Amino acid sequence: MNKKVIAVLVSLAIFATACGSGTPQTVEVTRVVEVTKVVVATAAAPAATVAPAATAAAPAPAGFGETLKKVKARGKLVCGVNDQVPGFGFLDKGTGAFTGFDVDFCKALAAAVFGDATKVEYRAVTAAQRFPALQSGEIDVLIRNTTRNLTRDTDNTGNFVSTTFYDGQGIMVPTKLKVAKLADLKGATICVQTGTTTGPNLAEYMAANKVDYKPLVVDTADAAIAAYEAGRCDAFTTDKSGLSARISTLKTPADTVILDLTLSKEPLGPMVRHGDDQWFDIMQWTVFTTILAEEFGITSANVADVKAKDARPEVKRLTGADANAKMGAKLGLGDDFAFNIIKQVGNYAEIYDRNLGPKTKTAIPRGLNNLYTNGGLLYAPPFN
Amino acid sequence: MTTATVDRKILPPPTERYTVLGWLYKNLFSTWYDALLTLGSATLLYLVFAPMISWAFTTAQWEVINANLRLLMIGQYPPSELWRIWACMYIAAIILGVSWGMWVRGMREAGIALIVAPFLFMLFPSLELNDRLNLGGIAFAALAGFFIGRARGKSLSRLTTLSWIVYFPLVIFLVRGLNEEKQFFGVVGSNFWGGLLLTFLLTVVGIVFSFPFGILLALGRQSSLTFVKMFCILFIEVIRGVPFITIIFMSQLVLPLFLPAGFTLDRVIRAMAGTVIFSAAYLAENVRGGLQAIPKGQFEAADALGLNSFQTMIYIILPQALRAVIPILVGQFIALFKDTSLVAIVGLYDLLGIARSLLAQPDFIGRQPEVYMFIAAIYWIFSYVMSYISQRLEVRMGVGER
Repeated sequence: MNKKVIAVLVSLAIFATACGSGTPQTVEVTRVVEVTKVVVATAAAPAATVAPAATAAAPAPAGFGETLKKVKARGKLVCGVNDQVPGFGFLDKGTGAFTGFDVDFCKALAAAVFGDATKVEYRAVTAAQRFPALQSGEIDVLIRNTTRNLTRDTDNTGNFVSTTFYDGQGIMVPTKLKVAKLADLKGATICVQTGTTTGPNLAEYMAANKVDYKPLVVDTADAAIAAYEAGRCDAFTTDKSGLSARISTLKTPADTVILDLTLSKEPLGPMVRHGDDQWFDIMQWTVFTTILAEEFGITSANVADVKAKDARPEVKRLTGADANAKMGAKLGLGDDFAFNIIKQVGNYAEIYDRNLGPKTKTAIPRGLNNLYTNGGLLYAPPFN
Repeated sequence: MTTATVDRKILPPPTERYTVLGWLYKNLFSTWYDALLTLGSATLLYLVFAPMISWAFTTAQWEVINANLRLLMIGQYPPSELWRIWACMYIAAIILGVSWGMWVRGMREAGIALIVAPFLFMLFPSLELNDRLNLGGIAFAALAGFFIGRARGKSLSRLTTLSWIVYFPLVIFLVRGLNEEKQFFGVVGSNFWGGLLLTFLLTVVGIVFSFPFGILLALGRQSSLTFVKMFCILFIEVIRGVPFITIIFMSQLVLPLFLPAGFTLDRVIRAMAGTVIFSAAYLAENVRGGLQAIPKGQFEAADALGLNSFQTMIYIILPQALRAVIPILVGQFIALFKDTSLVAIVGLYDLLGIARSLLAQPDFIGRQPEVYMFIAAIYWIFSYVMSYISQRLEVRMGVGER
């Protein structure tokens, strides 16, 4: 009898530990509030020790420099991307390497930090995961077709740097209709998808421009494409990145163009965690570097030449040829960070053409994503 | 044994001798309503499958599978470390061959399938010579294992059982690697595990770890100690009352926010933990069914023999209870194998996850039917193999006979 009791007690002890380790959810819920407080406290603590290193003049705010230190210690950047958007982020066929427009900005950031664009670990994050992943530190930066808006900019997760791609609702039409401007669509039947904002957007835009049209409302993008191919509608409207992906599935993709019109604002750009201004600046100037390089006509092919020969002061600062400028040090990086970005990833035009240029299957006219000098919105501050 | 050989020599009466026509008559057209049913189902089958087969051979563009075969099988696992996957497969082939030769022996169809499968796989045009040689090698290893198992017979029984138990941890060890520095046998991070490989790993970890855990829960639920009992009931009922997808979401989205700042738990590990917790709760209930089927006399007999309660459980009750629930457990494991596909929703690259991402490749937009057909076929093949093996196992262990 006594033996029996002991045996049961032993199994109870083993059992209690086994069960206990298996139920993290129910136990940990009570800790939410407490831990959030701790996050703030630990974020504030290192500020005192890190502060003097980068900016000597003013005391650095909380969290300053933490991310760069963490990334460098890890030896690679962890970049949150999308893996299901043709042209922007997908797995290359065969090799399975992450490829795309957004992915190239991950590479550019790695080139800036490490001088090596390959030191990136990509994490495919879903729409629901992306903000928790950024907040919890699972990813260092989120470059995943995320539309910038006030709520996302101000809530507790992160900050957007400059927009890398101005997406927006577009319209695709068959080339044979010879539509050059919006007015040419007068009286046309346009396919729109139910349950999206594309229908109302189109109505508003057409009313503002006083162009009459007939909407044909369909359930899915697939159905819209089928109707379009069958000639039941003259045009189809959705986000331009979506249109470009769909065009390649048409029987004769060459017979369709995306009009150079943008009906809504969908600015997509990289997002970094709140609270580390240095990391924000690094990501920001990584984007600016690609834009400036295009502006100055510096490409991955000629950057070494330009660094050796070009006499323009700003170009010399950008390529690191001006040894006294020490622009990289201001970001906590090497002075050749911009050189590495251009050399290993390329300027904005190269990145764009590689993924979304006319020779790709996901071609999108540059439209707003052009230098301000060419009528676009890309404008980088001076590299001073 | 002798009666069986004698039986085989006696021919059935002429009317039941199996000619094609005789068979057709006996099985398909013996009455007028049988004939009607046969014709009806044949028409239905034709209507469903004829377009599908004609699509598969004419309209479908299978290049998306061919070009991405490696991704579908192992995800982004580095090509330089591919030998580890091959090693896992060779070991599996040998153990499987030995088990088959030793325990199953006469099952010709299964054996042929085991040998033929690698050769069929070789037909994929995108495979390199190296891959084909390895596949041939695997078939050869299985065959060699079969003959060893057949020749040595039961003397290998214990060793083979042990190898199966060691095998699964070994696979995880091989796939993951050892030293952190990127040298020989370095660690391959879980973010590189993908495709069928990840589906397997999730299933295997789910099965291996949920098994002891589930048995403990089942025993705990029957315990006379109130605290243990209440705890196990609470655990089982909470987990069973929540959809699997909720547990996956909790593990991926909510758990990271509770962990201390800067501490991140690997997302594959998180998914595996979720799988184990979920599976254990269900397994516990299945095992409890087995436990309750054991007559009280068994306990009393064990008591009379002077066994303590621990010994009674290990030697008397559990072997009988588990044998009784083998079909249910295998069914549960098959379900788990398919359920792991839910991790695709949280961005992991299991077979379904990688399939979805293939559809974003600019070359293959709109190839959904091909990709989903292919992975459906893979899921079916493996589920069927598991269920087939379990049927053989049942026969061998005499489930339902004693």
